[in-house]
Amino acid sequence: MIKKDLVIVGGGPAGMAAAICAYEQGVKDILLIERDQYLGGILNQCVHTGFGLDYFKQSLSGPEYAERFIAKIKTIPQIEISLQSFVVNLSSDKQLTYLKPGSLNQIQAKALIMATGCREKTREMINIPGTRPAGIFSAGLAQKLINIEGLLPGKKVIVVGSGDIGLIMARRFFLEGAEVKAVVEIQTKCQGLIRNQVQCIEDFNIPFFCSHKITKINGNKRVEKVSVVKVDGDFKPIKESQFDLECDTVLLAVGLIPENELIEMAGAKINKSTNAPVSEKLNKTTISGLFVCGNAYKVYDLVDTVCRDSETAGEQAAEYLKGIK
Amino acid sequence: MKIYDLIIIGAGVVGTAIARELSCYKLNIAVLEKEQELAFGVSKSNSGIIHPGTQNHPDSLKGKLCVQGNKLIRKIARQLGVDFKQIGELIVAFKQEDIPQLHELKAQAKKLGVRKIKIVNQTWLRKHEPNISPDAVAALYAPTAGIISPYRLTYDLAENAMANGVEIFTLQKVVTITSESHNDLGKSFLIKTLSTEFRARYIINAAGLSADEIANMVGISDFKIEPRKGEEFILDKKHKNLTKHLLFPLPEKNSKGILVIKTADGNTMIGPTAENCADKQDLSTTEEGLQKVLSSAQRMVPSINQTDIIAYFAGLRPVAGDDFIIRHELSVPSFITVAGIQSPGLTAAPAIAKMVGRILKDNGLALKRKWVFKALRKKTIHLFAIPFSKTAKLIKKDPAYGDIVCRCEMVSAKEIKDAINRGAKTLDGIKFRTRAQAGRCHGGFCTTRIMKILSKQTNTPLSEISKKGPGSWVVMEDRADD
Repeated sequence: MIKKDLVIVGGGPAGMAAAICAYEQGVKDILLIERDQYLGGILNQCVHTGFGLDYFKQSLSGPEYAERFIAKIKTIPQIEISLQSFVVNLSSDKQLTYLKPGSLNQIQAKALIMATGCREKTREMINIPGTRPAGIFSAGLAQKLINIEGLLPGKKVIVVGSGDIGLIMARRFFLEGAEVKAVVEIQTKCQGLIRNQVQCIEDFNIPFFCSHKITKINGNKRVEKVSVVKVDGDFKPIKESQFDLECDTVLLAVGLIPENELIEMAGAKINKSTNAPVSEKLNKTTISGLFVCGNAYKVYDLVDTVCRDSETAGEQAAEYLKGIK
Repeated sequence: MKIYDLIIIGAGVVGTAIARELSCYKLNIAVLEKEQELAFGVSKSNSGIIHPGTQNHPDSLKGKLCVQGNKLIRKIARQLGVDFKQIGELIVAFKQEDIPQLHELKAQAKKLGVRKIKIVNQTWLRKHEPNISPDAVAALYAPTAGIISPYRLTYDLAENAMANGVEIFTLQKVVTITSESHNDLGKSFLIKTLSTEFRARYIINAAGLSADEIANMVGISDFKIEPRKGEEFILDKKHKNLTKHLLFPLPEKNSKGILVIKTADGNTMIGPTAENCADKQDLSTTEEGLQKVLSSAQRMVPSINQTDIIAYFAGLRPVAGDDFIIRHELSVPSFITVAGIQSPGLTAAPAIAKMVGRILKDNGLALKRKWVFKALRKKTIHLFAIPFSKTAKLIKKDPAYGDIVCRCEMVSAKEIKDAINRGAKTLDGIKFRTRAQAGRCHGGFCTTRIMKILSKQTNTPLSEISKKGPGSWVVMEDRADD
């Protein structure tokens, strides 16, 4: 079996920052595994600016931000990169199995950093009753369809959730000429950064309903309308307040879940309510030599913080490897 | 002018089972389906349980065909390469005073010829079903119950029928049926659909929820399909070993109650509810449905949590009174009704098909065996169902097996291309055949990739890719200028 000092799973900003830092701390035998055909992760579909104000002291778009790391990592031959590589199994002794077009590979890692990011919560996880027509998207999927594929998912849009992703996608749809009928937020106030509230919603006069939730999705083939209701202090619907909004699209921006199914498979303890690893210290798991960084460790607001904390994971892995030699 | 010997209306599990059963005879057979894909009506929301025959009246058609179907399905599954697992079912009693009811069910099942059933006690339950509630006191154990994928069974029945000459036409909603006489060719039915017309000497009405509407077209109005909604909730695959058997409570008036179902796909599913429903299109789920299913399922398996739910859906049972209606219509010779096929319809389907064959023969259709009948079908490959050693070999043969598209369910580009080549035309059609998009992220990561593969393989613009047929377009506009 092939052996590697350090294997990093995930080629987004977290994985790249961890890899570069581990190399700088003296690890010279690194494999970076990425399932997509490019490095950069979700940054590639974030064409808006505002990334890197802290880390690079500059406002960059997502792809520009990713490119800085990609350019650097490509100058380091000791970091081997395997694209289109999908990890299907991880054991507690840090043996990985991954598939790529043409081969199934097994590898023994001395240390392992998981930088597997997040997935989006789905409509099912917040239980919106109703039918299941076309036109229900997670915000990230809609973003990918618009920004990468040049496809417009819908023309009359309801955004559920007012975190930064919801706000940015409301603006994105508006700029593409769609009608954003409402942003609906169950909490009493907007959940995103103030600057996004102003620049994405208020500047475009997009209707914002806080203390409201969607109680039903209607439509058989494509979404036709949603029922919206005001909620009280305990998030209980106030029935008389219910009204319908016609739309063809429901966009869900209702939160992120760290992707830790692989370390769970390996036997690391997972916090059931957050899906993050049970951890006594930043990036650590209950298995020694197995680290988790970036959004897989916890859901961060800013990519700059992701990179800084992931660099710590690179240092921790380097230190661990020195200790076992 | 082409006149089919036989046209089957409806390509659910019943219609395709009949088509496959009769495809061994020298007959021209066509199947008409109103949706764009097969199994998109009642069959797609079936629980996938192969019932042993319990909980049916000994004199009912349901009971008899269920017991026969349970035996027949094994051979069919082997021939078609569909996974059937005999995992057994437990009908669970929670109170001492309910135990006599288990004995009644046992006696009833014995009359129907259900094999190997026995009453098991609490000690047995704790040992063989460790996650069951400590309140469970006894159960009726029927080891011949099993699980199968209802949609994969339908697709594979259809595929094998087609390999034996059956023609299947989708997007063919029937609007009128009339009789006509030809000078040289005798009598036939003229079936007009929204887009074209077909002729046949015999018609089998296996139209599920629309069976009464089809019957009305030829003047039969003595039954009505009354949809009964069932909401089901699917748990994350992480909990696939939650239970070892199918768990049933004691039956309720209108249904078998809320079950904990181990599915052929690996996920545990809880449900279904049973609510009469006026609208044949109402596939909406409700908050009440969720709460009812959750509390009933937790009564059997207390460790089930709401946060384990990754998907839900509703289906409609095509209820027409208490029993199945399977008969030749005396008032409309050569027209056969197969209606009211609700639970245990999936199990009974192979037996229904045989019964329909007998009815056709008794009413003048000559059933002569073909010289060559291809009974076997090559098993469809699912990476999630095979060990890594096999996957490694497959990838060596075709690199596309190593190109994973759906990360939650581990589905490769090769499996998706195969599904399209076998007839998938929509995102849901791909989901039902391969499980891609059926996992915990619900296609958040793989939808665009699947759309692109489907677009390329079928030469369809991305803006014309649909979730489940015309009108359910995934996107509204293509703005890329490539």
